[in-house]
Amino acid sequence: MALVEGKDLLDVRAIRQSFRKPGGGDLSVLEDVNLALREGEIVGLLGRSGSGKSTLLRLIAGLNRPTGGDIVYHGEALHGPAKGIAMVFQSFALFPWLTVLENVELGLEALGTPEREMRKLALAAIDLIGLDGYESAYPKELSGGMRQRVGFARAIVVHPDILLMDEPFSALDILTAETLRGDFLDLWCEGQMPIKSVLLVTHNIEEAVLMCDRILVFASNPGRIAQEIRIDLPQPRNRADIAFRKTVDSIYIAMTEKSGEAARRTHTERFPGTGIATVLPRISINVLAGLLEAVAAPPYHGRADLPVIASALNMEIDDLFPVAETLQMMRFAEVAEGDIRLSKAGLDFAQKETEDRKRLFAEHLLTYVPLAAHIRRVLDERASHRAPMSRFRDELEDHMREDLAERTLRAVISWARYAELFSYNDQDEMFSLENPT
Amino acid sequence: MATTRLTPTVSIYARRVLPNHWDGVAFVLIIALFALAGYAARQMTVPLSVATASPVSLDPGRLPDYALRTTLRMLLALLASLLFTFTYATLAAKVRRAEVLLVPLLDILQSVPILGFISVTIVAFMALFPGSLLGAELAAIFAIFTSQAWNMAFSFYQGLRTLPKDLDEAARSFRLSAWLRFWRVEVPFAMPGLVWNMMMSMSGGWFFVVAAEAISVGHTTIRLPGIGSYIALAIERQDLAAIGWAVLTMLGVILLYDQLLFRPLVAWSERFRFEQSAGEAAPSSWVLIVLRRARLIQALATLPRRLARLTAAAATTPPRARRAAANGAGRELIGKAVWYALIAAGIAYVVWRVTTFLAGGLGTGDLVDAGLAGLATFVRVAVLIALASAVWVPVGVWIGLRPRLARAAQPIAQFLAAFPANLLFPIAVFAIHRFALDPDIWLSPLMVLGTQWYILFNVIAGASAFPTDLRYAAANLGVRGWQWWRRVILPGIFPYYLTGAITATGGSWNASVVAEYVSWGDSKLAAYGLGAYIAKATETGDYSRIVLGIAVMSVFVILCNRLLWRPLYLFAERRLTLD
Repeated sequence: MALVEGKDLLDVRAIRQSFRKPGGGDLSVLEDVNLALREGEIVGLLGRSGSGKSTLLRLIAGLNRPTGGDIVYHGEALHGPAKGIAMVFQSFALFPWLTVLENVELGLEALGTPEREMRKLALAAIDLIGLDGYESAYPKELSGGMRQRVGFARAIVVHPDILLMDEPFSALDILTAETLRGDFLDLWCEGQMPIKSVLLVTHNIEEAVLMCDRILVFASNPGRIAQEIRIDLPQPRNRADIAFRKTVDSIYIAMTEKSGEAARRTHTERFPGTGIATVLPRISINVLAGLLEAVAAPPYHGRADLPVIASALNMEIDDLFPVAETLQMMRFAEVAEGDIRLSKAGLDFAQKETEDRKRLFAEHLLTYVPLAAHIRRVLDERASHRAPMSRFRDELEDHMREDLAERTLRAVISWARYAELFSYNDQDEMFSLENPT
Repeated sequence: MATTRLTPTVSIYARRVLPNHWDGVAFVLIIALFALAGYAARQMTVPLSVATASPVSLDPGRLPDYALRTTLRMLLALLASLLFTFTYATLAAKVRRAEVLLVPLLDILQSVPILGFISVTIVAFMALFPGSLLGAELAAIFAIFTSQAWNMAFSFYQGLRTLPKDLDEAARSFRLSAWLRFWRVEVPFAMPGLVWNMMMSMSGGWFFVVAAEAISVGHTTIRLPGIGSYIALAIERQDLAAIGWAVLTMLGVILLYDQLLFRPLVAWSERFRFEQSAGEAAPSSWVLIVLRRARLIQALATLPRRLARLTAAAATTPPRARRAAANGAGRELIGKAVWYALIAAGIAYVVWRVTTFLAGGLGTGDLVDAGLAGLATFVRVAVLIALASAVWVPVGVWIGLRPRLARAAQPIAQFLAAFPANLLFPIAVFAIHRFALDPDIWLSPLMVLGTQWYILFNVIAGASAFPTDLRYAAANLGVRGWQWWRRVILPGIFPYYLTGAITATGGSWNASVVAEYVSWGDSKLAAYGLGAYIAKATETGDYSRIVLGIAVMSVFVILCNRLLWRPLYLFAERRLTLD
């Protein structure tokens, strides 16, 4: 397929998207994104959650309007959902009160297709996608895989030029996802599907390499295309293939470099002054400890290849990267060139007992997470040793979106509770130094 | 079985976090509307002679006919409520500027004791159709409508506003026109909540229809043929046997209505439930099964769909993309300013009208009177709800933890809630009169006679939904006695109990208008309270005092909701749920 270089179907030109922050000012989620979608190709948008790839897909679907730039489809700027662009949703988005057939027919109905024609097209799509016999079933009677097949049938029945797929396999179990991906690729390669091109959003590197002719790697803050990678491997592709593995590895390295750099920046350089304005991920202490222990143990002995440890722990990059980065931020590990390497403190932590772990963690939390140190300092300085959460929330919201501020505070609270740095009462939203005795 | 389906009601309360000053605006508007209607009514001095137009007879043979007429009024009112729901709630949900006014308006309307105002609306409607009973019919239907429409509209509005994001996106990306989207996506999504609220509405409605059919305002007495008028006549003639017949008929009517209309509706609406899992036993209805198997009915049922499809083809204006929040515009601001200025001007005008209306016949002394009476009724409601809770919470828990018993008891409790308790008032009044009891105390239980069942069936629902593993864990840890109640089951059922208690309290305020002032033949019994205050004002046709009484009662109900129920709800949402 990759050899057939078709004409441009869709042009995304200098797209920007930003949202207004509660405290004023704009928060940029997409910056200067350009891409052209050509006939006959599957293009992957690969990136971590929050990198704006789903936002871009929704802009192309005409569901939202960009702050700046143009999306040109059929030579015209897009102003809303276009006729030749259909979408498959991560959550399937089936209407539970409609049967499989009615769900598939809905898009045709909206187009005003005559009833007889509608039935014919719908049955053909159901047939093609392997849903024969399920026409009168309601979505709740179907398994996840069958539901997503309905999602596919519903999208292709309108014969769209472009099929948008928003992480279509990520809500399915591994086996089902694999089957569905295979079936989809078969139909695509045989040219059986009435679509001209596919845009796939994913955070799964292997999935991207398996399916795409081109991969656009997204970077965050603000979301932008960091890199374009062509995949010239012939279909069907084999995961065990050496060339395949090499491609996956190289993308891992490319992505860790980006994230490594981002993590280093997050410490203090990025926000001069207090440095409290770093957005923190909500990662459980159990997960942090789990990764430290796994990497410290044989056969890795403190140093592991990220793709290898990811598959050993059954984690995807969306799960793994934030954990690795948090460890890096707290100087328990270092992430570079697709590897994670534990620091001395990291190895220490992995070997110690609970009380010592808590002490070590508290030390690192105070030293390397400025927000934790800040809250502790405020509590120490106040005579009552108490401070309302709102005090810190307001401070954070000067720098970040409301929900991110909330998440950051929750992350610090859960780490500080483990480290016994300070306590927090959700009832009255107060920080304090007292511990229940 | 519609036992554990309380989530719609719960979320309705929990999600109301709208700016509070709009509630003030809404309150003023509604009271003003009543004041104006009362003003209009006072202008009409034409004596209405329709009282004798169609005499009601106490012959029990006439009861089926009366029951039919009463039911017909109920259904017409339900239809009107549905129409209102679809338009009002849709407007509120889709037009941002309408929303800021319409939603608080609805919130206040729910708190107004509409029973006190039947008199005014009857006179106003009769002026529309002089010389015929149609005006009185419309007034009765309107009274039922006002008891049904608000919470239905609220639930539909919530449904429209909480449509899951992915369904919204799917609907838009498939370019559904607004019309198609409404019928195929939004209405189905809101359906389970709407049906549940319709059921609650109808339960309350029986009470109102009975009260609205026979009413005297000043010199005018209206008797619409129906069960309510039958009861009123029986009271006048002191005929206990006739009251017994009426109660029996009503039991039959509600049973039929439950089996023929509501069980099928609830079972049918089950398929619109959004949770995509085939969990727990789905409610079933033999009527629905029959209907589903009937081919002709099935063919008829596809009609609306075909219609929708036809119109959909005609109206294919594709939806537009939504703007990101950052793209504000100056023109928007000006429009907003003009809109708010208009509202402010409107408010100023009606405030002026109301004050001149009330100032005409009333002084501050009247305000104090009404306030004190309100306090008395408040104490009465609070004590009775506490008593009812003390009885029904343990009973409800006991039943709810026994699944088989709960399945049997639940429909009975719902049935009792639907039964218009005012039919039983005469019996109680007869007893009070006979034994010369103190009306201030003994009339009070009548207020919760019909509303206590809401507490019971909500508690049953809560206890049935209580997670089994938590029960096992408690048993395993040896938690028993008072500790078990305090630490395990009471927090577990609290959100459900709240739903029940709120409904019961609201209903009791309303019931006070008929419960605090009752008659048996020529003798009248009155308890000191706001309900009696309104009822007496109605009897003498004193519109100023009716409006004042209603306004004061609304204030009490709103304060209760704001200062007690809503904080409790937020607490329940934050602390007593695990996610």
